[in-house]
Amino acid sequence: MKLFPIRGGIHPQYRKELTGDCAIEALPLPSRLYIPLQQHIGVPAEVLVREGDLVSKGQVIARRQGPVSVNQHAPTSGRVAAVTEISAPHPSGLHQPTIVIEPDGADAWGTLAEPIADPFAVDAQTIEARVAECGIVGMGGAGFPSAVKLNLGIRHRIETLLINGAECEPYLTCDDRVMREHADEVIDGARIMAHALGAPKIVVAIEENKPQALAIMTAAAQAHTNMEVVAVPTKYPMGSERHLTLAITGRETPARKLTADLGVVVHNVATARAVHHAVRHGHPLVARVVTVSGQALRTPKNVEAPIGATVSDLIAFCGGFAQRPERLVQGGPMMGALLPGTDVPVVKSTSGILALTAAEINDRPADPCVRCGSCVAICACGLVPVEIAAHIRHDDLDGAARLGLMDCVSCGSCSWVCPSHIPLVHYFNYAKGALNAQERERRKSERTKTLVEARAARVERLAAQRAANLTRKPKAAVGADEVGA
Amino acid sequence: MIGESATRSGPFAHTANTVQRTMFMVLLALTPATLFNLYLFGWPAILLFAVTVGACVVAEAACLVLAGKPVSATLSDGSAILTGWLLAMTLPPWAPWWIGVLGAMFAMPLAKHAFGGLGQNLFNPAMVARVALLVSFPVVMTAWVAPHPLFTTGSPTLNEAMTITFAGETPDGVTAATALGYVKTELSRGVPVSESLQVYGRSSVLTYAPDLMDLATGFKPGSLGETSAGLILLGGIFLLWRRVITWHIPVMMIGTLFVMGTLFNAFDPTRFAPGFFHILSGSAILGAFFIATDYVTSPVTHKGQLVFGFGVGLLTWVIRTFAGYPEGMAFAVLLMNSLTPIIDQYTRPRMFGRTRKGDPLPVEGQQ
Amino acid sequence: MLLAVGSLTAIGLGLGGLLGIAGRLLAVEENPLEAELQALLPGSQCGQCGFVGCAQAAAALARGEAAVTLCPPGGKAVAEQLAKRLGVRVDLSAHTKRVPAYAQIVEELCIGCTRCLKECSVDGIVGANKLMHTVVSEVCHGCGKCAAVCPTHAIRMIEIPDTLATWHWPKPDAAALSRSRRSHIESGMTPA
Repeated sequence: MKLFPIRGGIHPQYRKELTGDCAIEALPLPSRLYIPLQQHIGVPAEVLVREGDLVSKGQVIARRQGPVSVNQHAPTSGRVAAVTEISAPHPSGLHQPTIVIEPDGADAWGTLAEPIADPFAVDAQTIEARVAECGIVGMGGAGFPSAVKLNLGIRHRIETLLINGAECEPYLTCDDRVMREHADEVIDGARIMAHALGAPKIVVAIEENKPQALAIMTAAAQAHTNMEVVAVPTKYPMGSERHLTLAITGRETPARKLTADLGVVVHNVATARAVHHAVRHGHPLVARVVTVSGQALRTPKNVEAPIGATVSDLIAFCGGFAQRPERLVQGGPMMGALLPGTDVPVVKSTSGILALTAAEINDRPADPCVRCGSCVAICACGLVPVEIAAHIRHDDLDGAARLGLMDCVSCGSCSWVCPSHIPLVHYFNYAKGALNAQERERRKSERTKTLVEARAARVERLAAQRAANLTRKPKAAVGADEVGA
Repeated sequence: MIGESATRSGPFAHTANTVQRTMFMVLLALTPATLFNLYLFGWPAILLFAVTVGACVVAEAACLVLAGKPVSATLSDGSAILTGWLLAMTLPPWAPWWIGVLGAMFAMPLAKHAFGGLGQNLFNPAMVARVALLVSFPVVMTAWVAPHPLFTTGSPTLNEAMTITFAGETPDGVTAATALGYVKTELSRGVPVSESLQVYGRSSVLTYAPDLMDLATGFKPGSLGETSAGLILLGGIFLLWRRVITWHIPVMMIGTLFVMGTLFNAFDPTRFAPGFFHILSGSAILGAFFIATDYVTSPVTHKGQLVFGFGVGLLTWVIRTFAGYPEGMAFAVLLMNSLTPIIDQYTRPRMFGRTRKGDPLPVEGQQ
Repeated sequence: MLLAVGSLTAIGLGLGGLLGIAGRLLAVEENPLEAELQALLPGSQCGQCGFVGCAQAAAALARGEAAVTLCPPGGKAVAEQLAKRLGVRVDLSAHTKRVPAYAQIVEELCIGCTRCLKECSVDGIVGANKLMHTVVSEVCHGCGKCAAVCPTHAIRMIEIPDTLATWHWPKPDAAALSRSRRSHIESGMTPA
């Protein structure tokens, strides 16, 4: 298949050899599991259980609120120890409502949904409903409810389901191992999703630095004529949805639009595997593979962990720290976020836990910008980071937006390449957040204004009515006298 | 300490490249040519070089102290040394010490720190200094000498060099003209370019090879940066290989200079010097690889750099051919520096998913 | 010489006179600045700025008699917009400390007098005489007028907390960036 180049991009040190050849190991059941009500983009789920309730594995413990929301399930059987607020696995460290489960050790599945015998004979709605019921979100890190993405087949004509096996972030090997050890499940899940989307073609894109995964997936997809496994060049950010679509189809997703507008829907390999389990076995999403790596860790591994296991459980399973880590990161080093501590849980979108040393991070205090232009040369989105950052530094957020700030995918390549170590993408994340906050405040302000005007009108109306009543009363009295007389 | 972690966003990986490393690479690339030329011109050149670089560093330190900025952290990025080095490369090698010091005064406080320090200056500091000196002291700045290699007869000893540099007493009879200067002066006297090139190079018009060898290897009068174009070119190729600079500015500048020279020489060989002569004489190669490619004062986009390189090459040729000064590179660079912001504005890359104008791309063919 | 001086003087006088005439003839009557500034303000006439209404506050701003930080409900966003329109440089870094608030009625203290109901600038309090009153928090914009009139001090102004939905990255602090970095990890980080 003909591939197309993407602009810019970087080649960081991948360090995938730390876990690339480690088979997936299952984490032994920890003593507590913490399931946050929001592990996805959208509205938090609504809690259904109370402290003291007994739950079985796979039972729905929080229900989705509306379409852009996701069910949460008990990852194992046990007792609800508490429904409380704990730190979210989020750089802010803010608390969020979380269900705490104490496993009983039996790990017994409860009543599950019926396995769908022939997914290709049922209609798309059935599959979407099953995916929604099983709480599946995008497992590449974004956490977008997958059922909503599968619904895109209604409004758009989808030509291609693109399965994202690129895994372009350094260190992460969870998708690689899933493809190597569970290729058939991934392929099956992909075919089911393509059927739900009505997509005639499936392309599995895998970066060239994963030769074994390429071989195994190609063999597994042999039998299916509408599936093609493609090797894409190893470059960061090849795994970005829009850039992968460009590489495969040669078309750029228009700004502010979805890849679905080009007839392409992108899903992660782990998501495909989860769909397979949901449809074929009725299993909801209760576990995922996490790459626990970094040179500060004693034994890096790929761990299949139940949702809700804490980061400290996983680190202990990997032998603990060999040295004090400089930073603890969730996800990959490029787009991942700092963890506020180790007591936070693994959620559905946690692809990696990294304990990084100072040498690996190679950070230093920022120097003045020397306008070298490296950031411009490597920006995969065709932006000019040096200019945008200068506007943000001077609080000209609207100017930054005009230069294309909202088109930035925050891949972090510009911060990586900057010889002055200026935290460019931090400026952009700040500015995007600040612009969103300003927009929210503006909308609130407008609504307030409308309400104030409405109130003023109401008060006027009342006053006018009262004045009209006063002038009418004397007339009525005169009329009564006349009538009476 | 929950709130603390919010202070740092990703990414948590960085390239090994730093500003210091880049500066060091540039200095490394300049070293062979500099050492050779210091050898060529002897002790006075070495003294002047030391004075110029030293004065730049001292001037920068003084500016930092006055501005209340951290001194050692900023000095260690090597940019003051580089500016001084490049300035010294463009001065007459036997110039008196106060030329170097004054040059440093022009370069550091005026052209760099008055604008805000590293990364903020609009004009190339070394070129600002050179031009200011040239305009203020035209006689001293055009007093070129022929090479007097170290340890050969005729080369000044260290003591004699001290007199030359610090007392400003140039020995009689050592001044010589650079190739560009000679050609221009002869042209104003009515001697055709082709003839003066012959006389200067002592070879036939058609076989420029010995000429070029002289020009390329450097046994001719000029500044430290002019004389051995070959070694400077090697340094430039080193920079390209290490990805410190990209090909856009050097290729465009040399290319434009060469094309203009060749075209007009074909049109009228008596008035216009040929292409090879232009690119091998003066500080064309130094300018193309080391001066015009200065990060701070050149455009950030590749397209912009092509325009910039073209402009520098064109202006250098125009000034050399039509204007009063024999060498136009410094002026050309300064003029294009002033255009860098507007070049940047009009050569922004096309944003992903948008047209050149900035509107979202149309979605064709899909619902 | 006299001719030179005389001609330049004449030119100066002539052009200056033209400018003066233009200044009279083409003068702009009303000040459109006031209307623009008023549009930027929230428009709820809450009076927290010390002026009777938003129109008066806009007039004061246009005259330069009021600071751009005068509007508490508007918060940092409005202050920034006012500063931009007026071309004023203002240090708003401390302004972030001023967190917007919303009103909450302490039910134990409420006596159902309906005074706050009538006072609320957006009709945001639900209730009736002798019945429990409640603030509709989605429309409350924190003007504080209700809290001022409650006879039993039953209304508290609560700071709007940051949630995961509203949190965003702070601006990189240039000073902090050039300080030496330090590890932020706390407990449990010692090598096993």
